[in-house]
Amino acid sequence: MKRIEIKTLAVVVLVAFVAALAAPVAAPAQSGPIRIGMLAPLTGPFAQIGKDMVNGAELYLDEIGRQVAGRKIDLIIEDDEGNPATALNKSRKLVEQDKVHILTGGLLANVGYALQPYIDGQKIPATYPIIAADDITQRKPAKWVVRTGWTTSQPMHPFADWVLKNTKYRKIVAIGMDYAFGYETIGGFQHTFEEGGGQIIQKIWTPLNTNDFAPFLAQIKREADAVLALMLGRLAVQFMKQYEESGLKSRLPLLGGGTTTDESALPGMGDEAIGTITALHYSQALDTPQNQKFAKAFEARAGKIASYYSEGCYTGVRWIAEAIKAIGGKVEDRDQLLAALRRVSIKDTARGPISVDQWGNPVQNIYVRRVEKVGGRLQNTVIATFPAVSQFWKYNPEEYLKQPLYTRDYPPCKHC
Amino acid sequence: MTIDRKIVAGVVALALAGCFAPFLPAYPLTLLTQAVIVAILAMSLDVLLGYTGLPSLGHAAYFGVAAYAVGILATEHQVGLAGCLVAGLLLATATAAVFGLLAIRATGTYFLMITLALGMVVWGLAFRWVSMTKGDNGIAGVPRPEWALPWSLAAPLPFFYFVLVAAGLAWAAMGVLVRSPFGLGLKGIRESESRMRALGYNVWLHKYLAFVISGFFAGFAGALWAYYNGFVGPVDVQLVTSVETLLMVALGGPGTLAGPALGAAVIVFLKNFVSVYTKRWLLILGAVYIGVILWAPRGVLGAFSRNR
Repeated sequence: MKRIEIKTLAVVVLVAFVAALAAPVAAPAQSGPIRIGMLAPLTGPFAQIGKDMVNGAELYLDEIGRQVAGRKIDLIIEDDEGNPATALNKSRKLVEQDKVHILTGGLLANVGYALQPYIDGQKIPATYPIIAADDITQRKPAKWVVRTGWTTSQPMHPFADWVLKNTKYRKIVAIGMDYAFGYETIGGFQHTFEEGGGQIIQKIWTPLNTNDFAPFLAQIKREADAVLALMLGRLAVQFMKQYEESGLKSRLPLLGGGTTTDESALPGMGDEAIGTITALHYSQALDTPQNQKFAKAFEARAGKIASYYSEGCYTGVRWIAEAIKAIGGKVEDRDQLLAALRRVSIKDTARGPISVDQWGNPVQNIYVRRVEKVGGRLQNTVIATFPAVSQFWKYNPEEYLKQPLYTRDYPPCKHC
Repeated sequence: MTIDRKIVAGVVALALAGCFAPFLPAYPLTLLTQAVIVAILAMSLDVLLGYTGLPSLGHAAYFGVAAYAVGILATEHQVGLAGCLVAGLLLATATAAVFGLLAIRATGTYFLMITLALGMVVWGLAFRWVSMTKGDNGIAGVPRPEWALPWSLAAPLPFFYFVLVAAGLAWAAMGVLVRSPFGLGLKGIRESESRMRALGYNVWLHKYLAFVISGFFAGFAGALWAYYNGFVGPVDVQLVTSVETLLMVALGGPGTLAGPALGAAVIVFLKNFVSVYTKRWLLILGAVYIGVILWAPRGVLGAFSRNR
């Protein structure tokens, strides 16, 4: 009796499973709405950033009435949990089941690298509004991916140039999170800084799960002129606090990669952040009418200050919309759509004018920002602008691409 | 007699899956493929957990070692299917052989902790040995194996059949194993180690071999996974993967091979379908677990087979 039940149960479960798999098959029509598939980490440690991304994208779609070139736009959002395996699964769902015309989103570098071969295999036009890992548009470009965000080292080359020309800091200690994003940020800075006569005299890498920065801060060499920090989210808040508590702030000025004082972390910081100088392709305090309009609308919608993640997806969706407009809404022609995405050039985005280089990376302004307190809250006041910066800065692209990717050990620390 | 029925049920299930497959759209088919591969991993852990009574929290290590071996060989050295499979299985088995020496001396919670620590060592290597594993970025673009037959494994349907046949073989092999005198010895150890020792069994050797064999099959699943996903990264060897596998076995029913396979299918289904409709799918999964622990502590299948 019982034995039979096992068999029956196994069969019933299998049939149910297969039936459930087969159920959501809806044959999408050729000329219905345009479907955009978006991946964002909506659960897990990056959920807040994921929310910023989605809010940014939705805000732009609402502004244009969810319509481009006479066709309705459907945004289908999937949670990638910040995990490359999940992101692959969700991309399969978006591309093969929902039949999206274009794929966008993603936050982490490993998600970007994992999706590239799939995107090229499926020949689905895709954009990366946030993922910044250098090689995605440098040594390992994917044909079908256009980056609408930035390259990790892109702001750091001009930033090093600015530090050399506007400050007396020549000996800098770098402290960064121990993974590719940290290496590429600090590597880019070191490259230009040491060419111009500066010295990185120490590199300290902190694990991603660091809870206490005191042991790392204690290692900082005394002869340094300044400290360059690359932190993110919760860690940035913690780092800033401990940097002051350790008494370093009064002695050593703090410089940083853009995310160290990004608006996603800034509201969690106190006055200890004031004076920190960082570089990025966006600042919420950027004083242009387009940005002020975006920043106000975003804050009204999301109830929080706009971060570069929200601007990245806001402008990222606008980029897609411009490409769709350029081909008259015929998104079914994938080659045309890809070509259009690679031709986009917009003069008045929230972050300033953008165009795209032949490797698929934006050429855009880089802003040097100093944290100030204005009207009772912290902001990244823009103190210098480098117009139309490419991912290669002033280097020759071919020669630049011959040098290895910035890693934990490259460029080598000659002055340590 | 009862054994025969189980085999019939399994074969019927495999055949049904094979018959339904051509009518499935591409995406559900890839999910079904995923479920089948994960089922092999869950079954391999069950050899250790369900039959020998050793709960391992480091099973992702062997899975991941094989996946990495296949990923690296296939992308950087263009090694074919046979070479990749042999290398992946050898490395996974070797890893299990070394880890087994360290882990088998412990039992219960201590065994759990040692396997967890060993699993973390492999994760640390995957994350830090950047020149070999590409670190956090992982190895992307693992090509599906070339094949001398007219249909290409790059297409979802042939690959599904390839995986289904592989899983069928693995299931058969493990089934033979757990029903052999050796497998009965394992069950004896699970029930009472001291009694088996008193009967003159070499308990250590039995446990050690079960550990290595389990690692071998986990490696088999890992090799298929590398081809399936086209991507291998530290997420494949992290603790969450091990825990999830353990939960699949607990959910389906330890001590039955079909149970873990069922558990694997349920979890893949929950992860990919329910998560589309709600962000709270983990809550649903949690509720399912609590329900299973309360009303079917021997797993879903365990609850239906009283006299095993």
